[in-house]
Amino acid sequence: MTDGKPAIIEIRGLRKVFHVGDVDVAALRGVDLDVRAGEFVAVIGPSGSGKSTLFHVLGGLTPATGGTIRIDGVDLAQLSEARRTALRKSKVGFVFQKYNLLPTLSARDNIAIAQHISGKAQEWTAQFREILRLLGIEHRLQHKPRALSGGEQQRVAIARAIVNHPAILLADEPTGNLDSANSEAVLGLLRDLNQRLGQTILMITHNPEAASYGHRIVRMRDGQIQA
Amino acid sequence: MLNKLVVENLKHRPVRTLLSILAIGIEVTMILTLVGLSRGMLDDYKNRAKGVGADIWVRPPNTSIMQFTANSMPEKLVDFFQKQPHVTIATASANFGAGFMETVSGVDFDRFSQMSGGFRFLGGGPIRQPNEILVDDRYARLKKLRPGSMIRLGDREWRVAGIYESGKLARILLPLPVVQDLAGSTGKVAQIFLKLDEPANAAKVTEALKSQLPDYHIYPIEELTSLFTTSNVQGLEAFTYVVITLGVVVGFLVVFLSMYTAVLERTREIGILKSMGASSGYILGILLRETMVLAVVGATLGVLMSYGTQYLINNFTGPALTQTIVPDWWPITAIIAISGAQLGTLYPGMKAVHQDALEALSYD
Repeated sequence: MTDGKPAIIEIRGLRKVFHVGDVDVAALRGVDLDVRAGEFVAVIGPSGSGKSTLFHVLGGLTPATGGTIRIDGVDLAQLSEARRTALRKSKVGFVFQKYNLLPTLSARDNIAIAQHISGKAQEWTAQFREILRLLGIEHRLQHKPRALSGGEQQRVAIARAIVNHPAILLADEPTGNLDSANSEAVLGLLRDLNQRLGQTILMITHNPEAASYGHRIVRMRDGQIQA
Repeated sequence: MLNKLVVENLKHRPVRTLLSILAIGIEVTMILTLVGLSRGMLDDYKNRAKGVGADIWVRPPNTSIMQFTANSMPEKLVDFFQKQPHVTIATASANFGAGFMETVSGVDFDRFSQMSGGFRFLGGGPIRQPNEILVDDRYARLKKLRPGSMIRLGDREWRVAGIYESGKLARILLPLPVVQDLAGSTGKVAQIFLKLDEPANAAKVTEALKSQLPDYHIYPIEELTSLFTTSNVQGLEAFTYVVITLGVVVGFLVVFLSMYTAVLERTREIGILKSMGASSGYILGILLRETMVLAVVGATLGVLMSYGTQYLINNFTGPALTQTIVPDWWPITAIIAISGAQLGTLYPGMKAVHQDALEALSYD
C-alpha cells in the first residue's frame, strides 16, 4: 500500500550518548531507518534496547549526538531546541504510555490546546468529528482526565496527537498501561487511522502482539536496528 | 484558550491559590494601612489645629513641629501678644503627658471658646467642678465613656463632665491651671494662639512678631498645617519606606516560593506542553498570566482588607491612632504587588522554560 511513496522519515547513522556522571552511555549506536509516508511501523525490542531513546530523538525531545534525521524533508540534527520545539507543532504528534493529558483541562480542551499551540483554528472539521466518533470519545469530551478511564484517556491523547495533521504520529508503548480489551481497541484505532487517513505511525512497543498491528516490524537491540 | 488554562490551573490548586492571594493581599494592606495611618494621624492633627480658630500659632524655641511640646514659654507672653496690633484674642495651652501617646491639654475655656467658636457638646456640658474633665467623642467612644463616667489620668480620678465633638486642639481638655499643676509647670505654657482682626493680616503680623521674638516659632495657621507632613515627623518617612520595602520583599518571597513550588508541581505538565510544541514564551506567558491574576485579586483583597484595618484601628486602638483610606495609593500598591509577583515568577518561569522536555515528561 505504501510501496513507491517517498520516505517521510530518513534516519542515517543516528547516535545518542547520555552522560551519566563521568560515564558515557551509548543508547543509539548508528541507527539507519526509513519510514515511508502512510506506513505503520512497529519498533520492538527489550528494555534498554534504545527504542525509547529513538522515539525521543525522533520527536525532537532530545538532540542526537550524531547522524541525521530527516522528517518530511527537515533535518532535525541541524535544528536548535527552539526550532525543534516549533517543528513539533506541525510535524509530530505524540502518544505516550502515561497518556500525558493536562489534568486541569477537559478532554475537549486538551485537544483544543494542541491546536492553540500550533496556531491553528480551533473549529473541528467534519472529518475530525468523525475521528472522535471512531475513537468513541465524542460524548466524553467535557470530562477532565481524572473522570476518564485509562482507555478513554489514551483515545483522547490520540485525538490530540492527530488534530493538527502531523506528518508522523509517534506512539511510545501506547497500550503499556491498558488492559487487554482497551489495548486491542487502541491498537485497532491506530490501525484504522493509518488506513483511513494514511497517517504515518511509528509505534514503540515491547509487546510482539501489539507490534503485529503494524505493516512492518523493526527490531532493536543494543542501540542498533537488527537486520 | 490560554485564559481558560490559567483559570483552570488556579482552580486546580485552590489552597495554593488562596494562600498566594492572601499573601499579596496582606502585602498591599500593610502598605495601605501604614500610609493611611500616617496620613490619617496628620490629617487629624491638622483638623484639630484648625479647630482652635487661631490665625497665628506661637511655639517655644528649640521645638519640633510634630513633637510633644513641653510647657516652656512664660504665660505672661499671652499678655504681650494680646497688646500687639491686629490681635483680638490671645490665649494659651499647656500639655501634660498622661500616658503613651495620650496628652491632656489645658486651656482657658472662656477665651478658647471665644477663639474657636465654642464647643459642641454631644453629651454633658462644661466643667463646673475641680475634678471634672472634658473628652472628645472619639476618645469617649474608644474608652467607652459617658458624661459622669470616671477616668484615671495622672494618678487622679476625673469625672467626665462633657463629651465634645472632636476637632478642638486635643482629645482631653482641662482648665489651664490644672494642667500646669499636673505637669509641675505653673506659669508656663506650651503654645500660644492668636486671633487677628483679619486673617489676611497673618503674614504681616507674623513677620512683626518674629522680629521681636526671633527665637520663637511663629506660624500663620496655613503655614503650620502645611508642615504637618510625614517628612516633618522625625523618622516617620524612613519608617514608612522600611515597612513598604518589607511588604514588597515579603510579598515577593511568598509569590516566588509559591510559583517555584507551582513550577515544580507542574514539571510534567510543562513537559507535555513542550511535547506539543509550546514555545518558551508560551509557557512563560501562562505562568505570568497566572501571577497577574493572583496579584490583581490579591491587590483587590488588600484594598478591601485596608477597610478592615481602618475599622479595627479607629475603633479598638488608642485615641492617638487614626487611619484613613488612601485611594491614591491603590494603583501604587497594585503596581508594587504586580511587579513583585511578576518578578517572583520570572526565575521559576525561566527555569521552567529551559527545562529539558524529556526530563519533564519523566517527572512523577
